[in-house]
Amino acid sequence: MTPVPVSIAAAIASVLLLLVVLELIRGRRLKERYALLWLATGIVLLVLSVWRGGLHTLAGWLGVSTYPPAILFAVAILFVIIVLLHYSTVLSQLDDQNTLLAQRLALLEARVDAVREAEPE
Amino acid sequence: MSRGRVVAIVPAFNEEGALPGVINGIRSFDPTFDIVVVDDGSTDRTAAVARENGAAVVTLPYNLGIGGAVQTGFVYAYEGGYDVAVRLDGDGQHDPADLEALLGPIDADGADIVTGSRFADADCTYRPPLARRIGIVWFAKLVSALTRQRVTDTTSGFQALNRKGIALFARDYPSDYPEVEATVLVHKHGLRLVEVQVQMREREHGTSSITFVRSIYYVLKVTLALLVAMVRKYPTAAEERSGR
Repeated sequence: MTPVPVSIAAAIASVLLLLVVLELIRGRRLKERYALLWLATGIVLLVLSVWRGGLHTLAGWLGVSTYPPAILFAVAILFVIIVLLHYSTVLSQLDDQNTLLAQRLALLEARVDAVREAEPE
Repeated sequence: MSRGRVVAIVPAFNEEGALPGVINGIRSFDPTFDIVVVDDGSTDRTAAVARENGAAVVTLPYNLGIGGAVQTGFVYAYEGGYDVAVRLDGDGQHDPADLEALLGPIDADGADIVTGSRFADADCTYRPPLARRIGIVWFAKLVSALTRQRVTDTTSGFQALNRKGIALFARDYPSDYPEVEATVLVHKHGLRLVEVQVQMREREHGTSSITFVRSIYYVLKVTLALLVAMVRKYPTAAEERSGR
């Protein structure tokens, strides 16, 4: 079974993560769109740390009989990978949009300059 | 009766087919309205069609989504010094004939924002598909409870706003499925929201941007946004005047 101190520490860490994410949303420093994955991470980790029987069962299914908390690490890493992958897609989209914005701005400046030059003094 | 200068904001994403009907409908309701089409990064002839029909066009360099597109229209209305703005979607689902009912409470100074609701009257006949209806009812109940005001149609984008409403939305407007969260925003800022019964037509062209898989994600996201919107800090009235 999972040592009790490990469960307590994991639960506290999960709750802290959830609180920080919620406070960031409240202060408008994090958009809900990007917060959902973090909230899901916090909730799943919290459930697995508190529900010790569930963690034990899950560990049994995966053949980890010696140290069930290893599953906590595995799940946490899995979620971190998902969040990172999600950010990579967001970053790629921002990259495209940034290029487009720079192009539109440069074309607009060229047009404004052309209009200015055509104007009589 | 004078309602000052009015602008009709028409967000449109690939709506070249429906747009002429929308623009001409607004014009036959009141030819003095200025019309601005916000082309949300369309890949068809939306912008050209809007221009051919005599509307002003703001073309976004890429698709911002409905919230960003509509807010562009509100900023246009705010900076253009308009007294009243109406918003009709570019797909033709909002009937310009309903504008009279929509503008009534604004003319009477009984509201800052008027929303055209499909469900305001108990005997209305509109029945959307089941999945959409569940979402609509869930948000209506949740928003009604949060704002302690009966709101029947939180997803309607058919709106009329006075200068106060324009100023609020020009500064702060949510991004995805924005109408739901905007209702809470209006409540938080102490603006007066009124619903009037309208008919909505079936979509004339194009397909709804909300698919079933995404709708679950939206319900989660918007529910979270609603709850957060209730506890979020907002600028005071004095700060609002100095900003933008």
